[in-house]
Amino acid sequence: MGKQLLSGNEAIAQGAWEAGVKVGAAYPGTPSTETLENLVKKPDVYCEWAPNEKVALEVGLGAAMGGVRSLVTMKHVGVNVAADPLMSAANTGVNAGLVLLAADDPSCYSSQNEQDSRHYAAFGRIPCLDPSDSQEAYEMAQAAFEISERFDTLVMLHETMRIAHTKTLVEVEGERVEVEPRAYESRPEKFVMMPANAVRRTLAANDREDELIAWAEQTELNRMELRDRNVGIVCSGALYTHVREALPEASVLKLGVSWPLPPAELAEFAAQVEKLYVVEEACTYFETRVRALGIEVAEPPAGRLPRSGEITPAHIRAAFGVAEPAHLSAAEGLPPRPPAFCAGCPHRLVYVELRRIKAIVTGDIGCYTLGAVAPFRAVDSVIDMGASLSMAHGMELAGAGERTKRPVVGVIGDSTFAHSGITSLLGTVYNGGKGTLCILDNRTTAMTGTQGNPVNGVTLTDQAARVNPLDVPAGKQLDLVKLCEAIGVDEIEVVDAQDAAAIRAALKSAVAHTDKLSVIVFKAPCRLLDRSRGPIPVIRDCRRCGRCVQIGCPALGRDETGHAVIDPNQCIGCGQCAQTCPFGCISKEA
Amino acid sequence: MPHDTSTNYGVAEGGAKVTLDETKTILLVGVGGQGTILAGQLLAMVAADAGLDVKVSEIHGMSQRGGSVSTIVRVGQKVESMICDPGCADIVVAFESIEALRAQQFVREGGRLFVNDERITPVPVNIGVCQMPEGIDEKLAAIDATVIDAGGIAREVGSPRSTNVVLVGALSTALPFAETEWEDAIRRRVPPKTVDANLAAFARGRAAV
Repeated sequence: MGKQLLSGNEAIAQGAWEAGVKVGAAYPGTPSTETLENLVKKPDVYCEWAPNEKVALEVGLGAAMGGVRSLVTMKHVGVNVAADPLMSAANTGVNAGLVLLAADDPSCYSSQNEQDSRHYAAFGRIPCLDPSDSQEAYEMAQAAFEISERFDTLVMLHETMRIAHTKTLVEVEGERVEVEPRAYESRPEKFVMMPANAVRRTLAANDREDELIAWAEQTELNRMELRDRNVGIVCSGALYTHVREALPEASVLKLGVSWPLPPAELAEFAAQVEKLYVVEEACTYFETRVRALGIEVAEPPAGRLPRSGEITPAHIRAAFGVAEPAHLSAAEGLPPRPPAFCAGCPHRLVYVELRRIKAIVTGDIGCYTLGAVAPFRAVDSVIDMGASLSMAHGMELAGAGERTKRPVVGVIGDSTFAHSGITSLLGTVYNGGKGTLCILDNRTTAMTGTQGNPVNGVTLTDQAARVNPLDVPAGKQLDLVKLCEAIGVDEIEVVDAQDAAAIRAALKSAVAHTDKLSVIVFKAPCRLLDRSRGPIPVIRDCRRCGRCVQIGCPALGRDETGHAVIDPNQCIGCGQCAQTCPFGCISKEA
Repeated sequence: MPHDTSTNYGVAEGGAKVTLDETKTILLVGVGGQGTILAGQLLAMVAADAGLDVKVSEIHGMSQRGGSVSTIVRVGQKVESMICDPGCADIVVAFESIEALRAQQFVREGGRLFVNDERITPVPVNIGVCQMPEGIDEKLAAIDATVIDAGGIAREVGSPRSTNVVLVGALSTALPFAETEWEDAIRRRVPPKTVDANLAAFARGRAAV
């Protein structure tokens, strides 16, 4: 098929498809999302969004146990959610091949932390492959299935944002290997992880570890490149390309397999070079393990690399004493341009009203995390998927609301609620918890690019067929009211998230009932789904009070005199500003 | 059965080949939604068709919500890193004036800076916690920026959404690829209905420098 320009995620989808993958499962998460979105568009492979990463991995494990090659994808923090099945699957092994793509995000471009997923590979003692560009991602996706079946193990394919979202040239074969489903026979001694079996499977994993180390010593996925013998650098992934950029003369041991490490090859490399260095980002994954083999790791001659954040060629140049190219200094005094709610975003008015009642908000993961920044500054915590609801319960147990005379409100999005919020809500109801919880139902998983989810009822297949979530029949959607009723919530109300007065009334009523557990579903579609436009509001007799701009709409500003002005290019005519002006100076109708 | 990935654009064979002595780095900066990703892909397609190695690094996710965005395109005989550090961009194309100033340290000595003469007020300015910088034009002049009214040109050719392609036209004057190669990439990449408008936008951007 010739050369194609593919992102790492597109290349992994192509590689997995050519390897005959039959089932894909994932929960969307930057920077992993496009992998399954590309795979689903190919023939003879079934793909689905799971409610969360634990479910996705279990679906993949079931499919692999059932005899077909399966791919499961997630972002790094998703691996935490999937860690439970991961650690047991690491012992059971597979039947047909099973590959878990873990996509890390050094520097937290779109994440709440920058943990390195390879620790889970080492933890579970499953092989981990680390591509340095899309060509390798494509090839390693195929190799991963071979390795999975050869060694009877779950395999982690690991990438960082720079691999996932960098398009590089790939020589695509385009031919799919049709892999016949493997025979299934019951093997409880392998897959029923009760103590006696689990102990035996751990012994099997010990043997497998020895075999994998022997394999890692000779695989061509690891590559020793000897140049200047004074400097030898151990690295992997995108960092290999940064090392080549910054120190083209340096010798390199490029580890395409980041677990297990090859002890003999590392010792050989150490013997070949004057000094051995490790270049890695946001952790000491390699450094700790190389040192544990008794191999000396030198500190870079001009200073250590940063301990957190993405490492770039400039960091490597600095650490090894290579001069930085001349350049202007960064401009000072520029206004920052942080991400913001879109014009017409249905989350905006909810935060305006939460700020009005001075709520302590335990927040959650999604676009609505932006309620934490100016002008709202209305969110007190964002930890992990689902934590909003359980932490609101914990705050109630601490009596924090009573002591501060501020209502505690948990705020969660629809997709996040399906991911991990339902069990949190169940826990609160079960234990007689009270308080106010808000589900911001914008009919989609917005942050990652408007994916389907169990609440809107759009499957990954529907998504590939471009089904708009607003067109899904009610019977396919998850009825949040019925669900909350069944769980046993005292008060449930559905409120139009574009109606400021209704939002205010619902919140006021809910926080007043401190003896009840109230759930308010604030419902209105994400602006990325419903792009309809209304007339641009008209401003008359502006009092220059500046209240309207405090809703943080990108289309709304003030001129030099303080008069409100609307940018017609950005305004979509939602009328949120008209609802906010205390003097009625902004009208939706011309 | 062969199968192509849907978002991908294959490399055209048989075009005029180009050799570069050194890897070139082009940094595209702007505000989420301005079309930097499409502009980067057009450049990548032209370079790949010319037989060069290409890497295009994009930022997805949270920053797309109206925040500052950047796309890095590196082209050459063999491209290693996909990152652009300060002092490493041969060309910076800024889709917005404040973002041009924000990216000034990335331009290498002797490099070029193309700027769309447009200002998008950041939300922190709208809500009164920050000020717009003063003397933007003077600051851009002081760093030898080539300022282009790309938005105005795009409106003139009847396609306001082609502002990014006007800027691609300006960028094309600083790179060793034939005009016809760019036009070919535009035809393959943009929606069929918008081909003529985008070709006009490209030509006007090319003439504007």
